[in-house]
Amino acid sequence: MEKRVTFSHKALPYLLVAPQLVITFVFFLWPASQAIWQSLFLPDPFGLSSEFVGLENFRFLFGDRYYLESFTTTAIFSLAVTALSMSSALLLAVMADRVIRGATAYKTLLIWPYAVAPAIAGVMWLFMFNPSIGLIAYYLKFLGYNWNHVLNGGEAMFLVVVAASWKQISYNFLFFLAGLQAIPKSLIEAAAIDGAGRTYRFWTIIFPLLSPTTFFLLVVNIVYAFFETFGIIHTVTAGGPERSTTILVYKIYADGFVGQDLGSSAAQSVILMVVVAILTVVQFRFIERRVHY
Amino acid sequence: MAEIKLSDLRKSYGRTEVLHGIDLEVADGEFIVIVGPSGCGKSTLLRMVAGLETVTAGSIEIAGRAVNDVEPKDRDIAMVFQTYALYPHMSVFGNMAYGLKIAGLSKSEIDERVQKAARMLELSELLERKPRQLSGGQRQRVAMGRAIVRDPSAFLFDEPLSNLDAKLRVQMRLEIKQLQRSLGTTSLYVTHDQVEAMTLADRLVVMNAGVAEQIDTPISVYEHPASTFVAGFIGSPAMNFLNATVGSNGASLDLTEGGSIALEAAELAKNGGRDVVAGIRPEHVETASSEKAQLTLHVTAVETLGADTLAHGGVNGPGTGFTVRLAGTAKVQEGDAVPLAIAPGALHLFERDSGRRIADV
Repeated sequence: MEKRVTFSHKALPYLLVAPQLVITFVFFLWPASQAIWQSLFLPDPFGLSSEFVGLENFRFLFGDRYYLESFTTTAIFSLAVTALSMSSALLLAVMADRVIRGATAYKTLLIWPYAVAPAIAGVMWLFMFNPSIGLIAYYLKFLGYNWNHVLNGGEAMFLVVVAASWKQISYNFLFFLAGLQAIPKSLIEAAAIDGAGRTYRFWTIIFPLLSPTTFFLLVVNIVYAFFETFGIIHTVTAGGPERSTTILVYKIYADGFVGQDLGSSAAQSVILMVVVAILTVVQFRFIERRVHY
Repeated sequence: MAEIKLSDLRKSYGRTEVLHGIDLEVADGEFIVIVGPSGCGKSTLLRMVAGLETVTAGSIEIAGRAVNDVEPKDRDIAMVFQTYALYPHMSVFGNMAYGLKIAGLSKSEIDERVQKAARMLELSELLERKPRQLSGGQRQRVAMGRAIVRDPSAFLFDEPLSNLDAKLRVQMRLEIKQLQRSLGTTSLYVTHDQVEAMTLADRLVVMNAGVAEQIDTPISVYEHPASTFVAGFIGSPAMNFLNATVGSNGASLDLTEGGSIALEAAELAKNGGRDVVAGIRPEHVETASSEKAQLTLHVTAVETLGADTLAHGGVNGPGTGFTVRLAGTAKVQEGDAVPLAIAPGALHLFERDSGRRIADV
């Protein structure tokens, strides 16, 4: 039998979905269409006039070595952040799941980093790794390693990856812990009686049963690494040194608001939108198929 | 194939002791049913044998080997859970083969064993299915199959039938019994259902509040219950209890509620004047002529079940709390005073304070 709400007044259903539609329009459809529109123009250096150039902005971007490098940087960055934050969160969740005494305090502490604003988190890591005054940089020097992420691109990437992952671990931890607690205890006991040791049990029973959670987090983490890490990159490295940490979203900001090339910036936004849409479709199409519900 | 021996087995959670010393020797191939109300510690006892709960004191031996500190996987046992605990992401075949793969058996041997168990349980057609595509009864069979393929020295069952509907439960009960007979594997079976307990067991362990009140064959438990708890728990409808005092010469029971029951048991003479609880099963009384009657039931309610009739009422006066089961559609009505005689040996006397058995007369 079909369950359908019937409204006596015709306008009421539209009125009820209106707030949602307004939000979607104001915060998504309108800016997105603005971006598409602007990507077809080339403004003058003072922003006083702009000239219609068609797809020239896009054509230029795909011939731009820096832009193509930024794709590679983004791929490395988002894969590293996703891998690091998800694996550490899973490890912590598995251990927290075993804790009986003081479990609440332990869990609460693990959730705290999520409440820290990205820029603050970035600055905090920056202080610790600052080549001249940073505590960790100091100890590294003590161990004979000369840390300087201001000059070394690899170290800069390492630092933003660690900072961005650190902030996301809490979120992943919460979901993994909830996922672990939803697995019936009798399954683990049955596997124990069947002769499986802890590690084998984890990989053959627990991990497959966690796969819906893992898949969900995979999507969320990649989107996070693509967009929400702007604050961290801006405070820690500002995309440098020599664009080594300039991910796509940071380049949009740098080209548009620092370089004042709004047309190219808008074109990059459009490309990024398409990339994320494709990525999400691919994830749902191909990875979800291997997920056991 | 193995014996299981429990000696003074105890379990405490913090300061609360939940098992107060259980002694049990299970012979090779024996089917033991542990029965009791919820919270009596029966599941804890089983889980201790499985190795899922630690032992606080006492010892568990399986096949002559103390296993107190042995991991579940090294105890050579298989367990069937109430929720079946099937691995939801594996096929029926995968579920049954899981333990065998860990044991390092060859592919062909795994296949052979799983196929054999599947044939035995009529699961051959379902091996490729996932647990969620199976009915409750089929899942139950898969859980059994997973236990069988490993050919363990003992089966542990933790209320395996309580998630099934009534009809399926009766069918599976028979199947479990036949399976256990044909395999001859030592089994411990926990249930709260006394019908399951009576029908399946070679011997029953009746547990109450962390103590094994009686360990005996089902018939002995039924005929000679060791305490008022056992007497009231086993049998349906439950046994009737009457507070009474043994007459000074042992020839009568003076009921606290009034009236008395005439007895001819010489052995009660030494118990003269003792405060007792008399237990009489509803099915062990029958209507009698008034001169042979030992007590009179003042009927307040009648339930006709077809095969027999249950009459409820008070003994030797108006009241409630006494039930008798009369054969067929006996002609009793509300308000009748029915004279009744007790079958020989079916009157159970328990000590008033401790509830322990004194005699069956």
